[in-house]
Amino acid sequence: MPVLARELESRGLPTVLVTPMPDGAEHLLAPRIVGVEFPFGHPFGRPGDRATQRRVLETALTVLAGAAAPGTRVDLDLAWPEPRGVAYKSWQPAEPSPIVALMLARQKRS
Amino acid sequence: MLAAYGPPRASSHGTLAPMRIDSFAFLPRSFRPLFEKPPRLPGHEAPVWAPFAKRLAEAKVALLTSAGLYVSATQAPFDGEREKREPTWGDPSWRALPADVATAELGMMHLHLNPADVLADHDIALPTTRLAELVQGGVVGASTRRHFSVMGFQQAGLEAWRSETAPGIAAALREEGADGIVLAPA
Repeated sequence: MPVLARELESRGLPTVLVTPMPDGAEHLLAPRIVGVEFPFGHPFGRPGDRATQRRVLETALTVLAGAAAPGTRVDLDLAWPEPRGVAYKSWQPAEPSPIVALMLARQKRS
Repeated sequence: MLAAYGPPRASSHGTLAPMRIDSFAFLPRSFRPLFEKPPRLPGHEAPVWAPFAKRLAEAKVALLTSAGLYVSATQAPFDGEREKREPTWGDPSWRALPADVATAELGMMHLHLNPADVLADHDIALPTTRLAELVQGGVVGASTRRHFSVMGFQQAGLEAWRSETAPGIAAALREEGADGIVLAPA
């Protein structure tokens, strides 16, 4: 996604990236970054939690419109409301993705 | 104006120290090395910048998700079957979704995520409803008529994103008259 942000930005389209992995986005030089410490698949919060969805979107728009230079990063100080152990498991698919299954098979063999 | 990331700058009004979240809070520990210093693509070694030229209240904004969403009645799902056969391949195609799409109209093809929460409320990945509210409240000038969806897993296919996906989406965004894009990886 940082790659796509850069490709759009280089075509004259300003971007902001809302991501649970802002360190990686910063390393890949995404122009504007908003970090959220949320599980994967939930960049704007939980289903039905309009207040959090709105807060994340408003922050993203503030950074989109207000950032003065490339590399602007704002992380949101919001804690995920579920226990870490529950959220860590619940975002993952029922079956490992094909690449993860392949990596696990390789680990077993070595 | 928001200052670029770097050491806090002194001013007569004081400084706001940036807080930093844990980028690996929900990632299995064994995945961490893959994401700590992802390799940069050739040509992606320097910053890029397109200035945001308008006031937000006069700007048209588009949204882009990598949750693999599609309109189930009229669009084909992303190609998960090929990914199952070729685990390092990810479908580089994209879909345009109507701005007023309802959650019930959407399908999701993403083999790396549990789709249940996104299919219960797509605003957690593509906040079309929240954006419409901000437009109604005058905070944002307008929403584009269409928003955009890709399938996020592109580990081995980044070159296709550069040569096909990005130019296609950029052309559609220009057609829409977008002044800025909010991207959210799923």
